[in-house]
Amino acid sequence: MTALDRIPRGARGVAILGIVVGLVGLELALPPLQIEAAAVPVVLGLAALACAIWALSRDERKLGLWTLFVAVAATAFAIWVQGKSDTSTSLVVNSGLFAAMLVYATPLAYAALGGIFCERSGVVNIGLEGMMLTGAFFGIWGTVWSGRWEIGLVAAMIAGAVVALVHAVFSIHLRSDQIVTGTAINFLALGITGYMFIDIYGSNGTPASIDSVPTVHLPGIASIPGIGGVFGSLNLMIWIVFGLLVVTEVILFRTPIGLRIRSVGEHPRAADTVGIPVYRVRYACVVLSGILAALGGAYLSVGFVGSFGQNMTAGRGFIALAAVIFGKWRPYGAFGACLLFGFASALADRLQSVAGVSPNLLATLPYVLTLIALVGLVGRSRPPAADGLPYVKG
Amino acid sequence: MTERVKAWLRAKAPAVLLPVGTTILAFAIGGLVVALTGHNPIDAYKAIFEGTGLNYLLPWTSAEDKDFAALNLQQTLILMTPLMLTALAVALPFKCGMFNIGGQGQYVVGIVASIIVGTHFSGLSKPVHLTLAIGAAALAGAVWGGIAGAMKAAVGAHEVISTIMLNWIAIYGAQYLFELNGPLQGPLRDVPQSSEVTDSAKLPAIWGVLQPLHAGIFLALAALVVYHILINGTVFGYEVRAVGHNPEAARYGGIPVSRSYVAALAIGGAFGGLAGACDVLGWEFHIVTNDIAVSQIGFIGIAVALLGRNNAIGIAFSALLFAGLQVGTSPRALDPTIFPPQLAGNLAIIIQGLIILFVGAQLLLVYAWRARRRRRDEPRPAALVEPTGA
Repeated sequence: MTALDRIPRGARGVAILGIVVGLVGLELALPPLQIEAAAVPVVLGLAALACAIWALSRDERKLGLWTLFVAVAATAFAIWVQGKSDTSTSLVVNSGLFAAMLVYATPLAYAALGGIFCERSGVVNIGLEGMMLTGAFFGIWGTVWSGRWEIGLVAAMIAGAVVALVHAVFSIHLRSDQIVTGTAINFLALGITGYMFIDIYGSNGTPASIDSVPTVHLPGIASIPGIGGVFGSLNLMIWIVFGLLVVTEVILFRTPIGLRIRSVGEHPRAADTVGIPVYRVRYACVVLSGILAALGGAYLSVGFVGSFGQNMTAGRGFIALAAVIFGKWRPYGAFGACLLFGFASALADRLQSVAGVSPNLLATLPYVLTLIALVGLVGRSRPPAADGLPYVKG
Repeated sequence: MTERVKAWLRAKAPAVLLPVGTTILAFAIGGLVVALTGHNPIDAYKAIFEGTGLNYLLPWTSAEDKDFAALNLQQTLILMTPLMLTALAVALPFKCGMFNIGGQGQYVVGIVASIIVGTHFSGLSKPVHLTLAIGAAALAGAVWGGIAGAMKAAVGAHEVISTIMLNWIAIYGAQYLFELNGPLQGPLRDVPQSSEVTDSAKLPAIWGVLQPLHAGIFLALAALVVYHILINGTVFGYEVRAVGHNPEAARYGGIPVSRSYVAALAIGGAFGGLAGACDVLGWEFHIVTNDIAVSQIGFIGIAVALLGRNNAIGIAFSALLFAGLQVGTSPRALDPTIFPPQLAGNLAIIIQGLIILFVGAQLLLVYAWRARRRRRDEPRPAALVEPTGA
């Protein structure tokens, strides 16, 4: 029995690592070191958060929650300590930061939930980006046309479903390579939305003032210090995604429908044998993923920005894909990853002006973490067994 | 003799007819979009064709039109150069059964490497400096592709996912290097761009004056030849194709499967890096930070490789098609009174998407055709295992 054997392995080890990293971040901010740069505890805190999400999505619940708690608390405390001597850091970390995190994470979360449905049923979807972009455009188009954001969202969902249906027909019935089809979807969405945007709105862009998704003001919560600034006035679509998250988890893991979806994604032959309609399940899941991704895009355009610009999703669909993988094809795990990536984006905005940290460098974070998750020796991300394989009815 | 010709035609016909048919279908649907939005598709396509400069080659083009067409044709050939290379970045791993989505990232690291080498070592002689800059770009691309290959070989990480992630790391990483106050920002404090490469690292111009065609096109054509020989005439190529057809059978036959994965993606990545070198050393000479994320060269390379069916000659032709489409729809070349370039640019993207979509479905058609013929010609029970690329 060497000392090496006593180091905890597996997700447990990662959770403990996260706690250590979070505490190191705190330690560096305390005397005698008293490092003033907010970037130090923040970067270490992000690493600790990544460890926590890793552990949580790999069934290390109790310790993972502790890691989450330590990561947030230690980082917050470290920055508070720093803030006592340097007021600029309080400009970075406040309730607005967490509200911004939710704003950034929401479009990713919609698309990621869609991606989970699609990939769990055995169809790879790298067309999420294109489906988001489609939703972003048609959300605006429907809103401008009708004057109501509800119609805009419906238009986005229909358009997303149609694009996803193309992916479904080519991937399922024509048995095209799903990567090729997904790539085609991304091109098509970029071209079609760009073409229609110029053709309909010209170079002036979409109208300046259009209906947008309302913000939910909760006066009761808003008055609570700390939490109020985060949850007091959030966009309606952010609350909806919270609900969808729970619904997705329940459907996938607590209902017969979810069992069917997962069995089609893991072993379609076996599923077919027991009478599960493999094609129908896959069609439903792919179309659902298009609807959800389009809602994510519509949140960007109708919910947040209030206008459309060519290629406005700018790679967010790929970040959502990264979140799906980092979260190991599980709703809570993927949502945690979306929050982490959203937090990094929100932070990048603020750190740029205050601490001079390059937002471009922070923007690589989701992708680096996902690469690590792919090769990780511990709890590596593995897709559903039949993900990407067309099924031939026997 | 005629029997042999017929048999040869029957075997090769789908390889030519399907891509041509796909292209015509995609352009037809694109024309429908143009017509639906109130423009004349025939006039639009004619204007786009003239924008490509390919009318330079037509005998009935007048001398003064030729001068203008030459300018456009130079642009088309300049763009064709990196497209051939990023297509090879997709094609070689595809032969090994892998889908390299990472051409864009490999192109970007190639740009960064050739900028770094091209802006330093100004004392070197031209051949040495050029070789160093091009070699650095190829090496950077090879490393970027090799990472994905190593990840697949070591733990089975899917190359599609890893190369997508590596793309964005390359894009944001390069933006970081050349952003305002970035470590490699050029001499102008308020302009986010790199320094300009020294004259000793610039590829020689071969045709034209304003923005002339550069010698990089020879590099790309040579790469096509190297690719063809490598795949069809060497042991390495045989191993790569064997792994692509059936990795388990290849492993059983004693072929080092892991090594093939790494080598195929690394060499593919090197081609992608070379594409970056051609653009930087051939005509851009520096990189504007905001252009890094806008560039689509690597992604269009996927379409080029798919339409060219991963075949050297096919890639040359489809690179010319996509380059022409891109240049012909650019604001610089297209007559705005006939068809607005802003619409045309998006039309080009739609056509690219349609071609990829249809080519994807056709792979199956071709295999079905071949399987049917094989079954008819020599009945045997062996199942045909096709490289799905996934």
